[in-house]
Parts: sequence; C-alpha cells; structure tokens
Amino acid sequence: MAKVVKEPKAKKKSEKQKADSKKKVIAPEITPEVPKEEEKVAAKPESKIKELQAKRDRKTVIMQGNEAVSYGALDAGVNFFAGYPITPSTEIAEILAAELPKRGGVFVQMEDEIASICAITGASLAGAKSLTATSGPGFSLMQEGIGFAKITETPCVVVNVQRLGPSTGMPTSPAQGDIMQTRWGSHGDSPAIVLYPASVKESYELTIRAVNLSEKYRTCVVLLMDEVIGHMRESVTLPDLANVKVINRIKPTVPPHWYKHYDENQKYLSPLASFGEGYRFHVSGLTHDSHGFPTNKSTEAAEMMDRLRKKIVYNIRDLVQIESHEMDDAKIAIFAAGITARAAKAAIAMARYEGIKVGLLRPLTIWPFPDDAVRKMLRDKDIVIVPELNQGQLIREIRRLTKDKSESEVVAIQRANGQLISPQDILRKIKEVC
Amino acid sequence: MKNYEIRLSGSGGQGLILAGIILARAAMYDGFKVTQTQSYGPESRGGSSRADVIINNREIYFPEATNFNCLLALTQEACDKYLFDLRDEGTLIIDTTFVKNLALAADNTYELPFTEITQERLGSPISTNVVSLAFLIKTTGIVSPEALEESLRYTVKPAFVSLNLRAMELGFELADNYGK
Repeated sequence: MAKVVKEPKAKKKSEKQKADSKKKVIAPEITPEVPKEEEKVAAKPESKIKELQAKRDRKTVIMQGNEAVSYGALDAGVNFFAGYPITPSTEIAEILAAELPKRGGVFVQMEDEIASICAITGASLAGAKSLTATSGPGFSLMQEGIGFAKITETPCVVVNVQRLGPSTGMPTSPAQGDIMQTRWGSHGDSPAIVLYPASVKESYELTIRAVNLSEKYRTCVVLLMDEVIGHMRESVTLPDLANVKVINRIKPTVPPHWYKHYDENQKYLSPLASFGEGYRFHVSGLTHDSHGFPTNKSTEAAEMMDRLRKKIVYNIRDLVQIESHEMDDAKIAIFAAGITARAAKAAIAMARYEGIKVGLLRPLTIWPFPDDAVRKMLRDKDIVIVPELNQGQLIREIRRLTKDKSESEVVAIQRANGQLISPQDILRKIKEVC
Repeated sequence: MKNYEIRLSGSGGQGLILAGIILARAAMYDGFKVTQTQSYGPESRGGSSRADVIINNREIYFPEATNFNCLLALTQEACDKYLFDLRDEGTLIIDTTFVKNLALAADNTYELPFTEITQERLGSPISTNVVSLAFLIKTTGIVSPEALEESLRYTVKPAFVSLNLRAMELGFELADNYGK
C-alpha cells in the first residue's frame, strides 16, 4: 500500500538547488571553449529555480491554517494520508487528495476514523511518513488506534482541528475542549507529544515539527488546532524549502538476524526497520519484548513501560517550546494557548497602554506540559489569569504548578458556547483583579 | 493605517466569505498585514454568515473584528445584530433591498439597493457581493482599486472573471455617483 520513504523532497530540492547554483558559477570558468554546452548548463538551473518558484512561490500569500498544515505535511515528506473528511479539518484532506498523487504519495479516503488511524499506522510500518486529520468526533474514535501506535512505537501524526463538543457538537464553532483528551484519551499510561499552533505560519512550522518528532521519538504525535486557526486566512511568508529541517527515522545498521524492533540505545530512541526490508519483527498491541512478541514477564513489561515514559521525560528540553511575551516586568501573567493567546496579546497591548503590567506565557508544546518553565515564570507573578474555551482544563495544570498561590490568585476565564474569548473580555478581567 | 476592521455580514449564499477573501488578498497586494476570519452555520444557503477582515501595518493579534471601522450589511438580521459594534466614526453600508429599518443612523451611512441594481444591470443577483465590495473599497479607500482587480483575477475561477470585473466596475460607478 505504502511506498518506502526515499529522501524527503524538501532536502532533495534544496540540495539540487545548491548544486545547480554552484554549477552556474563554475561552468563558465571550466568550459569557456564550448559555449553551446555552457549555455545549457547555465540555463538549466535558472529555469529550475523559476519552476520551483512558480510551483510554490514563497512570496507573501493569503493562506488558510488548514492549507498551511497540508503544505507543512508535504514539505516534511509525508507521503501517505488516510482519513475521513470532517469539518473543520476538511481542507487538509481536500488539498492532500490533490497534491499527494502528484508527488508519488498515496491518499486514501477511509470508511471511518478507526480505519484511518489503523491505515496510517500500517503505512508507517511499511516505511511511509503518514498523517491523518480529523476533529473531535473522529478523534474520539481514533483513541484506541493512537494507543496502538504508541505501544508499538510507530511514527505517525494526527491533526485534530477542535470544534465544540461533546459528540458532534457545533461543527463550525471553535472550542478548546480536547486538551485533556490528547493527553489522557487513550487508556493506559502512554507518552503524549502534542503541539498547539496559534497562527497560520505556526501551523506550517508545527506540522513539520510534529512529523519530525514522530519520526525521531517513534510515537504518535498530535497537532492540536483551533477551528478559527484552521479556517482563518492570514498573509504569510513561508520559509524557503532550503531552511526547512526534515528528520527521518533512524534505520538499523545491524545485520537482519541481530535486529531488535525495540532496542534501547543511549537516548531511548531506537532504529526502525520497515516491513519488506528483510528485517524480522512482530507488531502487537500486547505488552511485548524487544522483538515485539507478547510477554507476561513483569520485568519485560516494566522495561517497555519505562522506555515509553523515558522517551518523553529524558527529552523534555528537546520537546518543550514556550513563548514568553512581555513577561519580564509583568505583575499579572496570562497563560493561554492557540487562538485565546492571540486575544490575550491584544488585551496586553491595551492594558499596557493604560499602564497595567501584564504578560503572556504561551505553550507551543502543551504535552508534555512545560512544568519547569511555567513554575519558574509564574513564581514572582501576583496573579495568573487562565482564559480557555472550555470548562477548565489548562487551569488544572496551572493550579498544580502554582501550589503557593491561593485560589483567588489563579483566575479563570472559561467559555464553551462556540464564541471566542475576546480581548475586551480579558481586559475586563485584568482590570477586575489588578 | 493603524488598524482597520471590516465586517461583511448577511446570510449564507450571498458570497460574503468570498468577498472577504478577495478583500484580504487585495490588502496583501497593497503591502498590508491582513487576517480574514468567518462565522457561518452548517448550511450552505441561508442562516447568518459573516466575514471579518482586519488590515494593519503591524502584526495582528486578534483576528476577529470586535469594533468595526466599516460594516457591510446585506440583510436586516445582520444589520440589527452588528450595528451597535460599529465605531462612532465608522462607515455603514447597507443593502436597502433587504434592510428596511435602520435602528441607528450613523454619520457615514451609505444606502443602496445593491441586489436590485445588480439584478437589473448584470442580469443576476449573484455578483452582489463584488458590487458591494467594490463600492466599499471606493468609498473607504482602504485598498487600491488596482489591488482589488488583481485580487479578483487571482481568486475567482477563470470563467467568472469577466462577470466579476463588470460587477467591480458597477460598484465603482455607484460609489462615484453616490449622492449626486
């Protein structure tokens, strides 16, 4: 079904570009006597660069968040998508259905979301870089499959563009109700890497990062989006392909009979062979040994569970990204993610204009939670405001990390009615507490 | 330009989100930073629909219009709902084909039966969105007419470019002759 991952396109193109531009400079010096050939050599790179630019002009463009996710996936080397279109993530499936076949990739529209997550896990085991996109109702169906991808340590990415829930809820309205589900949705203790963009450009960047982290840490990474970010259009300038960093899974270097599918090396990242490459391994959702065969031994179970945990806790520095905005002299801190953080930034600008010192802490990685950074940054703040589009999810983490603060010093703004929290709402709360 | 917020409102099927995209792209061609958001129901026609466009020289934080400099209302419902969020010095443009009662008369109010005029002059009400958008751009001057034309050519499907360009010209003409 899936194709073996070759070199990622982004890298290939940039290397070619570099090689071509070198040719262009060197060519006239080396072969001044054969002008015809020289012309050809010199003409080639130019036309290629032009072609590249025409294909994907990196000028400033108007782009939707979902579009940015699709192009991020393509630039990160994703070559397999299986999914079931659902508002507000439909554009991702739409664009990849058109673009993937052109680039030798595979697009499959599945019968439902359970099949979708299983298909991308299978494709990944066969060597593809795979991704699916969904929203709340589909994400709930995928939980079992996500757990399977995590226990079998198979790289894949799930994009969840949140809408108001529970159940089918309001398809075209924003909400941030899946924050805890992305961490605890699947049963059993499992690692979770969840990224949360706040703009169209960041959607592009974090999609690439999600694919990279899934390959590096061999796990299912979730990209959590807001309906508004997915649907909004923004003027953006995407980075040049040459500046896009793409990470590929480590391939085994040992002879096939020595290969262990789950092998611990120093940083808890083990090489991954694909089916069909001559390496023998077993894939099972049952607790397994290093070759992937089911085991009931407590020592082997402990080893496996430990590896899943350590992958995350030993690499927190690599995983966590957090933005601090006007925090240095702030007395009041706001902790918010995604679209709510943008409302907070607007509120901060208004509050500072009136002389109230407010700052914002915004996680780009929400799981693993940026414990150390949050503790450190919020220690000397008088009051923390946590606005979110749900009935209280992020605030639980903030309360856990600010035990020294009283109930009244951690203030909530919560809304789950399909409307955004506006800058004025936050400003009003700031004035109330200061 | 410091920060300019525009809300295009009406009902689903009137092409307001498309108008928002065209306006956003035109503003981008003029070198501004821009965001465009929308709100609409699950139905493809009917129900209320709106598109917000924010144009700024600097980074735009919150992408939804909360205090508009300009409001375009193509239905009575939209006009009633959003009129009070218009700034005091803001521009109000209404389609009198559907908006019969005005609860509050703003200083800069422009009233024209856009849908009727479009039906009469272009044979179909389908390009009312572009006619009223062109009118809005000409009266407020937020983006250049050239940028609008370029944006239209890029955004609209090739088969509909000529129709939409005629609609744009009609909108400009209405703006030039308004009040005369």
